[in-house]
Amino acid sequence: MSSIKANLVPGPLPASLQLTSDGKLKHFLTTEGLSKELLTEILDRAEQFVTLPSKAQNKFPLLRGKTVMNLFFENSTRTRITFELAAQRLSADIVNLDIRSSSASKGESLLDTIRNLEAMNCDVFVVRHHHSSAPHFIARYCAPHISVLNAGDGYHAHPTQAMLDMLTIRQHKPDFSALTVAITGDIRHSRVARSQIHALNTLGAKEIRLIAPGTLMPAGIEQMNVKVFSSLDEGLRDADVVVMLRLQKERMQGAMLPSEKEYFSLYGLTEKRLKLAKPDAIVMHPGPVNRGVEIESSVADGPQSVIMQQVTNGIAVRMAVMSMVVDSQSKGQG
Amino acid sequence: MTQLLIKQARVVDPASDLNKVCDVLVTDGKVAQIDAEITATDGMSVLDATGKWMLPGLVDLGAYVRNQERVATVESESIAAANAGITRLCCMPESAKITDTTAEVTLIQEKASHSGKVWFEVVGSLTAGLGGEQLSNMAGLKKAGCVAVSQGHHEFESLDIMRKAMEYAQTCGIKLFIQPLEHGLAGKGCVHDGAIATRVGLPGIPVAAETVALSQILLMAEQTKVDVHFCRLSSAAGADMIRQAKARGLSVTADVAAHQLHLSEQDIVDYNPLCHTLPPLRSEADRDALRQAVREGVIDAICSDHQPHDIDAKLAPFQESSPGISALESLLPLTMKLVDEGALTLQEAITSVTSNAADIINRPHGRLSVGSDADFLIYDPLLQWIFDPAAMYSHGKNSPFEGWEFNGKLLRTYVKGQRVDHHSNDEALT
Repeated sequence: MSSIKANLVPGPLPASLQLTSDGKLKHFLTTEGLSKELLTEILDRAEQFVTLPSKAQNKFPLLRGKTVMNLFFENSTRTRITFELAAQRLSADIVNLDIRSSSASKGESLLDTIRNLEAMNCDVFVVRHHHSSAPHFIARYCAPHISVLNAGDGYHAHPTQAMLDMLTIRQHKPDFSALTVAITGDIRHSRVARSQIHALNTLGAKEIRLIAPGTLMPAGIEQMNVKVFSSLDEGLRDADVVVMLRLQKERMQGAMLPSEKEYFSLYGLTEKRLKLAKPDAIVMHPGPVNRGVEIESSVADGPQSVIMQQVTNGIAVRMAVMSMVVDSQSKGQG
Repeated sequence: MTQLLIKQARVVDPASDLNKVCDVLVTDGKVAQIDAEITATDGMSVLDATGKWMLPGLVDLGAYVRNQERVATVESESIAAANAGITRLCCMPESAKITDTTAEVTLIQEKASHSGKVWFEVVGSLTAGLGGEQLSNMAGLKKAGCVAVSQGHHEFESLDIMRKAMEYAQTCGIKLFIQPLEHGLAGKGCVHDGAIATRVGLPGIPVAAETVALSQILLMAEQTKVDVHFCRLSSAAGADMIRQAKARGLSVTADVAAHQLHLSEQDIVDYNPLCHTLPPLRSEADRDALRQAVREGVIDAICSDHQPHDIDAKLAPFQESSPGISALESLLPLTMKLVDEGALTLQEAITSVTSNAADIINRPHGRLSVGSDADFLIYDPLLQWIFDPAAMYSHGKNSPFEGWEFNGKLLRTYVKGQRVDHHSNDEALT
């Protein structure tokens, strides 16, 4: 192992490393820097998986003989399960590894963990990590035959979540260039919001609005081609898509917010407030929903809510990117 | 009597306003004579330095030399300093090398004198064990030769303890080296809090972490009358506060790390852990303001802020990597590059790494005039080369300057008239 490590040097982790030399998706790490064509290809492919029946007996053979390993350095049940189902429906073998309870907690470095796992002959790593750029790091230093899918890193990116949101939006409102999208909540700590912003910008959304109190709005975010609002009422006005982010309970510590009650009074989405948006606006939430904190139950379950559709689309988008990165592997080897 | 005659070098000594081609005679480790022409006599070694520059040896105000075999040691880093043109190096207190006793200080001085041959100055610990709670034996540290005392990167337990440390340092007549960082505002941040941090999703350290600390220290320094030197400024606002303090007549000085004058937050867009520093690389506007402050003399000195690491400490996702650059060997190139880029005059650049730095630690060095120690460099102003971290003498190879091109290169380093470097570029000196 030391001889392998001797050849490793620290350095930059450019976003370009997610593409092969001929422009195919090799890793899916961030929506930033990917072309409109490539994002559209992901959506088109996912749409096929949505429309085709996906019962257990109708598995697709696209990943037969491949092994997908879920590496979760941070806990998540829902995201992990959707990746697991996506892999199963593509006929892959799937292994789940909860790293928190194994090597990382024994002080092993990330690099050593990866060295050990890649020796198990996997084809795809699905990585969730509490530190931004960890999936980039793994993609940069793991064996070249492995593809890495980012299942959420720090505050940085959650690209499959953003793409399932794009798919959901497109199913209701096919023309991105006509859309005003309002994203409300803990923008500062949200990798979902960042990935959505990049994807919406690339897909040509007309206007992206971010709505949050000062403590949850990160410095300089307006440089990402967004409009910043501190008032929910103003931000919602005439929006076509309303995205509510989950408020983590720990934000009450560290003086980010005084209380859930006050947050709801200022930033909770109620039926009354939703009327400020366009009448046909859709309401989205990456889940799990804190009812009565960021959204009223009657809205979460109401006619404009597409939250359950997002969950279904999640599996399709993950199938799409898994099949695309495995495609790039076989083409790369051939 | 040993004599060395340097012929026809352009001697640049801003402290004596000297900048012309002449001959310099070194006798028994001291500069004995500087004249337009000195005739060689029997027994003199002669070095023809036509077309080369003779500069005072560099005085580096801030290096962490570690004390761990697998990372770096006093021995390894003093050799690196010799090959970097640094003839006098201030080593900062750190957890691996807590210099809170006179014995520890003496040990460093002895180790250094036997290996790299450059002068090692020790900055002692301001509090016992750097714990921030109990004062160190500052009078003893001063007697052992410490040029200053510092908390390094470590926190004070409270403002009250900081104030008492200042009062006691004033009593002992020893200078304080303080890196202004309000830990409560820095939190778990690892990059400059701004648009880039937001984009890459890394927790930020706001400029206020520097300015709030500066304002507290400045107010208390004014009251306690202690001499304070501020280490490693990173922001335009911080430089402004020093400018105002000096205008008010406070006895303060400041330095900046050379990399802070070249890199910015733009360099962490790709999560390059080699650009993970503390204080963080800030905006391009901050970088430009720091350059301006050096030019105006608001920031007195440029230093290396040398922090060698073993490679594993940098082979990790950004947040998990250790901050710091192995920087002894980029100090002179980066400083001279500021002249190339028109940010500083040659005099301003040399002053900031020689006599100004020596003045801060109250040493008569960083100068080339008759009677001064013959600590000097021979520098080729036209030799182009490309920086290669793997070729550095420091045990730490963590430099982000791989591939940078420089117009001008150090050829030789002399301490007390003796050559101490290992450069094998004699073809450039014929």
